[in-house]
Amino acid sequence: MSAARDEILGRIRTALGPGSDAAADALAARLAAHPRHLVPARAQGLDRAQRVALFAALAVAADATVARVAQAADVPAAVAQYLAARNLAARVVMTPDPLLDQCPWPSAPMLAIRRGVAAADDAVGVSAAFAGIAETGTLMLISGPDSPTTNNFLPETHIVVLNEAQIVGIYEDAWDRLRAARMAGGVALPRTINLVTGPSRTGDIAQRLELGAHGPRRLHIVLVEGDDGGAAAER
Amino acid sequence: MQPSSRDFKANAHRALGDATLQGALGFMMREGFAVRRAEAVARLPEFEALREAAKRLKDEVLQHLDFYLETFERNVERAGGAVHWCRTAAEAREAVLTICRDAGARIVTKGKSMVGEEIAINEALEANGIAPVETDLGEYIIQIRHEPPSHIVAPAVHLAKEQVAESFRATHRALDPARPLDQPRQMLDEARAILREKFLDADVGITGANFLVAETGSSIIVTNEGNGDLTQTLPKVHIVLASIEKVVPTLEDATLLLRLLARSATGQEFSTYTTISTGTRRDGDPDGPAAYHVVLVDNGRSALLGSVFQDMLRCIRCAACLNHCPVYGAVGGHAYGWVYPGPMGAVLTPALIGVGEAASLPEASTFCGRCESVCPVKIPLPRLMRHWRERAFAARLPPATQRWGLGAWVFLARRPALYRPLAAAAARLLGACGRGRGRFRALPLAGGWTDKRDLPAPAGRSFMSLWAERQKRRA
Repeated sequence: MSAARDEILGRIRTALGPGSDAAADALAARLAAHPRHLVPARAQGLDRAQRVALFAALAVAADATVARVAQAADVPAAVAQYLAARNLAARVVMTPDPLLDQCPWPSAPMLAIRRGVAAADDAVGVSAAFAGIAETGTLMLISGPDSPTTNNFLPETHIVVLNEAQIVGIYEDAWDRLRAARMAGGVALPRTINLVTGPSRTGDIAQRLELGAHGPRRLHIVLVEGDDGGAAAER
Repeated sequence: MQPSSRDFKANAHRALGDATLQGALGFMMREGFAVRRAEAVARLPEFEALREAAKRLKDEVLQHLDFYLETFERNVERAGGAVHWCRTAAEAREAVLTICRDAGARIVTKGKSMVGEEIAINEALEANGIAPVETDLGEYIIQIRHEPPSHIVAPAVHLAKEQVAESFRATHRALDPARPLDQPRQMLDEARAILREKFLDADVGITGANFLVAETGSSIIVTNEGNGDLTQTLPKVHIVLASIEKVVPTLEDATLLLRLLARSATGQEFSTYTTISTGTRRDGDPDGPAAYHVVLVDNGRSALLGSVFQDMLRCIRCAACLNHCPVYGAVGGHAYGWVYPGPMGAVLTPALIGVGEAASLPEASTFCGRCESVCPVKIPLPRLMRHWRERAFAARLPPATQRWGLGAWVFLARRPALYRPLAAAAARLLGACGRGRGRFRALPLAGGWTDKRDLPAPAGRSFMSLWAERQKRRA
């Protein structure tokens, strides 16, 4: 390995004093166990309805808008309605996510849909979230063949579909779901995990907050209540 | 960046006379970050307990820094990335340049990175024919103005909107000169359109890292604009600039610090975008970078381990200490003369560029202690500044008059039998002279004080003599 690497690690070890193999084993065990620290009470011990309510309240507080629909069949109409109400063109780029295939898009014939990676001229993106985190009203989107990261940032309006069964209380619960779903057998994390809390913003000109800096100016979350008792959470 | 920290006094003097700067700083201190932080802290009852837990976590990480860095490296490589260890700023610049050259880069987009400022990466890229484009709006504004950042979270906080508009007109020559630019919204839309082109054209994207996660080999960035995400998603190559103390063991550990970071920095519950990046795009991924490089920078940090300054390595760069500092609030960030201003800069700068260069910075404190009281990882900033003052004194860096004055005081203070009668005599004398109005408008040798405000006259008796009398009465 490089001389710089050896020297930096050497200086660190000299400063810290000698370690031992036993200590290394204990540290490896700590990594494997990934213990939790103190967790805020606000998002713990909530039932599903309370988690959804907290998630929605904090997402709105972060300048997102939230709509709730009863089932996947209602999503296309909700998307079309949202766009119409804001005079936005009914043309969307949608990720190829299989979750979105559950929605009957032909039921909203006004909506022009392209599936794929967002391009510079796509004004509206529709994506599906892996999870919602009630503690801060945050969406968790992960990259993969069906969920390009670009779509979370290029379009001016981002619409995210989330099954309510996928809303967890705290970040630690989201990590556990992620590890179970995507890291089993020692697989590396997906390339990109986006935790999104509200639309893009900046306060860099004269300390005045403006939405829509480089990412989306609007973030709209469509929550799907679902009637399957949480089976849709498995992904 | 050539440091001008030696000129702190002159810099500060100039800053105090700059009405535009004073307007921006006044607004920030009255209505800005500190107020929103207080509101966010009030919403989270566990905040104090989280601070203590974060301090313990960072101490634990520093105790095993070698193990976590090696684990981090292994996991970066497992995910298809590479780690480049760099002892110095020069090595870090060379590592970045080599990656950019190998990628045939002409345009490099950049997310905000204080390590990038520290190693002066933009100058190095420009000197080699590569165009760096800052994409954080604040960083973009100061880049086109050829200024350094004045704040580690809000780099353009010192500017009024008129100054930004003027710079946009001077730089964006292709646009209609008559366009209105009096609202921040108009300037934001203009910058958004211009930088959008750059995002799409860039060959390499450089971001910083708020945290590195050993368990997963990931880097984490926290932004509000989304520029860091476009920077790292669209080009073929993603370079992460990170210093060695940014590593944490697990996602749970990063979570603890994330719960404190945004609340301490901007008073948000959570920043808009927290992004965890691991390695390269995977088979079948339709986007993301094909190469992922972590340039891991020491640049003086390993020398702080095991020293009295080790606590400084806990810093997570939230800027709460700047936002609560009466000195920063009065003179702004540029007066500090290098990359890191405010109390954290007063401790870190001497460590990185030498106390000889930066001895004035730890002097720029009233030791009011607000910085330590708001620090999310409980760094004893006043104590660390005091340590630098001691070193500067030992190295005979302060002016001779100051050293002699202090030396004389030390001589007396160590000899109570001499000190007490002298202090009592001085108090009697000043008390008698000031009896009329109870304060002095001018006093020999104290012009630095009395030029700006009156000096209250002493009561005429020293504390020690009052105390002795009181004890006698009680007995």
